[in-house]
Amino acid sequence: MNIAVCVKQVPDASEVKIDKATGTMVREGVPAILNPFDTYAVEEAICLKEKHGGKVTTVTMGPPQAGDVLKHTVAMGADDVMLISDRAFAGADTWATSYTLGLGLKKLDSLDLVICGKQAIDGDTAQVGPGIAENLGLPFVAYVRKIVDVSNGKMKVERLIEDGYEVVEVSLPAVITVVKEINTPRMPSLKGKMKAKSLEIKPLSAEAIGAEAEKIGLAGSPTKVMKVFSPPPKGNRERIEGTPDEQAARLVEKLKGLKII
Amino acid sequence: MPIIVKVDICVGCEACANECPFGAIKMKDEKAVIGDKCTLCGTCVDICPSFAIEMTDEPRSAPAADLSAYKGVWVFAEQRNNKIVPVACELLGEGRRLADSLGEELSAVLFGTGMDVEAKSLIEAGADRVYQVEDGLLNEFHEDAYADALSQLIKKYKPEIVLAGATSIGRAFVPIVATRVRTGLTADCTALGIDSENKNLLQTRPAFGGNIMATIACPNNRPQMATVRPGVMKRLPADTGRTGEIIKEAPAGPLASRTRLLETIEEAGHKINISEAEIIVSGGRGMGEKGFELLKEIADMLGGVVGATRAAVDSGWMPYPRQIGQTGRTVCPRLYIACGISGAIQHLAGMQSSDMIIAINKDPDAPIFNVADIGIVGDVFEVLPAFARKLKELKG
Repeated sequence: MNIAVCVKQVPDASEVKIDKATGTMVREGVPAILNPFDTYAVEEAICLKEKHGGKVTTVTMGPPQAGDVLKHTVAMGADDVMLISDRAFAGADTWATSYTLGLGLKKLDSLDLVICGKQAIDGDTAQVGPGIAENLGLPFVAYVRKIVDVSNGKMKVERLIEDGYEVVEVSLPAVITVVKEINTPRMPSLKGKMKAKSLEIKPLSAEAIGAEAEKIGLAGSPTKVMKVFSPPPKGNRERIEGTPDEQAARLVEKLKGLKII
Repeated sequence: MPIIVKVDICVGCEACANECPFGAIKMKDEKAVIGDKCTLCGTCVDICPSFAIEMTDEPRSAPAADLSAYKGVWVFAEQRNNKIVPVACELLGEGRRLADSLGEELSAVLFGTGMDVEAKSLIEAGADRVYQVEDGLLNEFHEDAYADALSQLIKKYKPEIVLAGATSIGRAFVPIVATRVRTGLTADCTALGIDSENKNLLQTRPAFGGNIMATIACPNNRPQMATVRPGVMKRLPADTGRTGEIIKEAPAGPLASRTRLLETIEEAGHKINISEAEIIVSGGRGMGEKGFELLKEIADMLGGVVGATRAAVDSGWMPYPRQIGQTGRTVCPRLYIACGISGAIQHLAGMQSSDMIIAINKDPDAPIFNVADIGIVGDVFEVLPAFARKLKELKG
């Protein structure tokens, strides 16, 4: 199987701290990592390759340093990488990002499957996966928690829904997004790390993928960020003091006041 | 780069570097320098006290069509097993408010056969009109059939605003629709409003797991589309006297799907949809397996459900569908009681927009207290049993 995995470089949420005085995020010195959901996508692609043969290519759009996360995927076992990088892509929303990644993916020969993480932990939109499917004209299944079987140009998967899961068959090639439940990502191997270290990544420009200027970056994005702000700190903060019995009694009174009991 | 720092004006105050949500601005020789991480969000332009940062207007894609041809607010009325999901009625409540402030009509879009009673209930929930697409394929969820049906309707009737629930169905197929009709879509909104100047829809959503908020508009494309988090908007009381129009729509061509639903399995742990729960009693590593039995008892008495942190799920005390946080579910119930939860940022991401948060933890410095409305510093194994006893007494 020829599999492409779309990945994103994101700030490490576990390193993000909140400034207690101002209530805002402290972003200084936060390391950039491979989006955690994408590690499941990479792992699943490598598992499929190990079972069915083929090749795994990881693809990202981002500034030149986003190549670091591609190297991480190679250390895990990806065969090839594609970095789509151009100043002209800056400010892209999910529409323009899907278009751009779609063009990059079209340059890969005979793809059987595109896997994305459920969403990125910085934007949390979960919109680029389905957007890529539409740009490629491929069927799409979201929130896959298990790939049951691949045979005869079809794939059987389990898809997470609110009250359980659905078993869905999809014709290949297809695009899927995967959730955390699907696997446990492997650690990079020593051999993989060596390969990643020596890897030279040549970025593809907007011109190289044949992007139309009015469909990329800020200019190509239908949505516009009007304002970014820190959520207002919660007011009316109070503490309930006393012995456990007194605390429990006060809590009951509070809940009565809220008409919950 | 269409954003520039005018070095002769920049006074090196670092306000932009401190406020940049993406950490893209560094100081060099006491002047701000905008780096590769810049997403052109414009925060620095607004914050700069010296007006030293300018964003040049890129030649944005001209309006694709006459925007004034787009009228009306639409709500996608999601159904599962022929039942309208709660978020659809919440959106009709919010959609009503938006439609009234625009002086336009509110319509609901309903998919599937045998749904006449449900169509009427959408009118009672605030819709002026229901577009009902009756096709057997739409009884089940298929990404491509749903995307085809909604895209066709949008192209035919040209709504100005389209809202859908940020559910597993809404978030899976609405992005396909927005990509196809070449318009903007804002994910998982928690507030909506109308810009008084230009009547654009203002869509506010959390990002970075709720650590920053962004307000987004879609000025040059229509419809303006958003998915909205369940449990945030308020439904209207059902008005059985309301009348409206029900339009039966046939798809332009036969709908097809490249996916086939083989089986639907409800799991014990899933039976309760935690994203729609009004009261959640949640536990972390500090609870232990036995502690979760106590939480269940309390949740039952309050009419709520039990949630868990990743650590508790990884320990096998609760199933994965009950996990709340960045890699689990996002919830916003009326009441969230966090028991023995320290408040790792990944957990806060999944619950900090709850209406009322009560935290019980023995560490007075636990981060959970930063988001809690009411904090109880104490041992959960002393406070909770006392709380359970008092609840029992009340129940008599």
